[in-house]
Amino acid sequence: MNPRKYFKVYIKFLHTSIASELEYKTNILIDLITSILSLIGSIFLLSIFFQNDGSIAGWKFEQALIIQGIYTILNGITNTWFNPNLTEIVKHIREGTLDFVLLKPIDSQFFISLKKINPSGFLEIMLGFLLLVYCIRINQVDLNLSFLILSLITISCSICILYSLWFFVSTTTIWFVKTWNATEVLRSFLYIGRFPLNSFSLYLRIFFSVFIPIAFITTIPSEVFLGLAQLWKILLEVIVAMVFLITSRKFWLFALKFYTSASS
Amino acid sequence: MIKNIIDVENLSKSFYISSKEPGLKGTIKHFFRRQTKSLKVIKNISFEIKEGEIVGFLGANGAGKTTILKMLCGLIYPSEGSILVSGNLPYRRKENFLKNITLIMGQKQQLIWDLPPIESFNLNASIYEIDKFEAKRRIKKLSEMLEIDDELFIPVRKLSLGQRMKSELLAALIHEPNILFLDEPTLGLDINAQRNLRKFLQKYNQETNATICLTSHYMQDITSLCKRVICVHNGAISYDGKLDLLLKKLSPVKEILIVCRSEEDVIKLENSGFNVKNKTKNEITIKVENNSITSSLKTILNNFDIEDLYINEPPIDEIIGKILIKKDYDI
Repeated sequence: MNPRKYFKVYIKFLHTSIASELEYKTNILIDLITSILSLIGSIFLLSIFFQNDGSIAGWKFEQALIIQGIYTILNGITNTWFNPNLTEIVKHIREGTLDFVLLKPIDSQFFISLKKINPSGFLEIMLGFLLLVYCIRINQVDLNLSFLILSLITISCSICILYSLWFFVSTTTIWFVKTWNATEVLRSFLYIGRFPLNSFSLYLRIFFSVFIPIAFITTIPSEVFLGLAQLWKILLEVIVAMVFLITSRKFWLFALKFYTSASS
Repeated sequence: MIKNIIDVENLSKSFYISSKEPGLKGTIKHFFRRQTKSLKVIKNISFEIKEGEIVGFLGANGAGKTTILKMLCGLIYPSEGSILVSGNLPYRRKENFLKNITLIMGQKQQLIWDLPPIESFNLNASIYEIDKFEAKRRIKKLSEMLEIDDELFIPVRKLSLGQRMKSELLAALIHEPNILFLDEPTLGLDINAQRNLRKFLQKYNQETNATICLTSHYMQDITSLCKRVICVHNGAISYDGKLDLLLKKLSPVKEILIVCRSEEDVIKLENSGFNVKNKTKNEITIKVENNSITSSLKTILNNFDIEDLYINEPPIDEIIGKILIKKDYDI
């Protein structure tokens, strides 16, 4: 693998997808407005939950806002990269255009995961970061090096888990051909990540930690922000992220052996 | 001696397919209990293709031509047998192998729909690690050959089907591959666009000595490009050899239309032992075997008062049509 080549190709991906998106100005404007309204709506919903006694399962509203911030960043990443690319896998397989991807001298997973970009998702990422900066101020978080490294590691792991889950589901299209619903279900599970893990019942906590590790995605990075995270939890998230990433990669390579291409 | 670039031995491919009974009952049954069966779509085929050859794959819809092409370029794993393409196992899709081949499908496109084709060409150039100046030179050369210089900067969605197909070709050839797999490249194109594309492929083959494997339902593509054809019938090879030999074998007779000066000569011709297809007042059409054409013409010209004479080849589509439904040819 030649990193320089992959970097160059990625720059071209960025260029072509931004140029494609800019062809439709109104669409971008609507997307930007939707991002702002969606964040306002989510904060409003959260404030209703915390209206009565000011805390849920030990989390105060100001602390829960950190989860919202991380969720907004992840949702922004989903809208910028995962949604335009990973939903396209289904189309590639149904219509047989995956043929063109597989015949290029480039890693097919890299190509189908990063070819497109939705620039309007950047605003959501920025809004998420702004919310996090605000949360750092109101929660009086101590900004030191270990905090920054740990937050970076846990957020990166969250991105890997989310990507792997989505990619895994999309790969099953090679056998099932149409799996739009599965990716939609996954997306609705992601909404759960807006709330602290211990606000759910024990069974749901187990379900969202073991089977669909949505809880890891937002709760552990938020605990790092609040200085509440235990080391074993951070290590566990790193292991889960690695296992998910490697499994999704192996699964993709395995699935390609069953690719039959669409008929002409 | 020209070396083999493609070697295929006892190649087979099976797919699992599900079948469904008609109606609501069938749909519900199909939803809950899907019945699948293994279907062998390619059956023990073997052939070799030499470097620089243009080979046409002929067969009816569903005969297995595209499946063969897709196995040759490494998209589909074979179930049995072996394939070697320029010394590589295609399904491993090694970088060096992929840089040597290309697949063009008339009904699928790789160009970015909202952007001008030049953007897709530049993207492909970076994927194939072609530097900026070399890419520019190749785009210029190929766009001149394909006569699409002006269309390079117009969004793909605004191009005509012919212009789009030419741009697809350019995108697929920017890395100057040695082996071209073309699956119905002229599909949907008008007659002029078809002719231009064929001319381009011929020129490309002559200039680069590239090997071309082609499937097409337009017989003109096959007759003007391919000296050799491989006929596929129900997943097996029914003929592999020269196209003109096959045509001679399949159409052993020619038709001669004779225009006589008098009705009398028409009657005389009818009664002189020729195989008559039809006749009118002054005209008569006879069928003559290929090997006796010269002697028959001599007899006619010496013994009858002839105003005009036409020798008709049977329509190529009609002959090829026979190939599509026949199982075996011994030539």
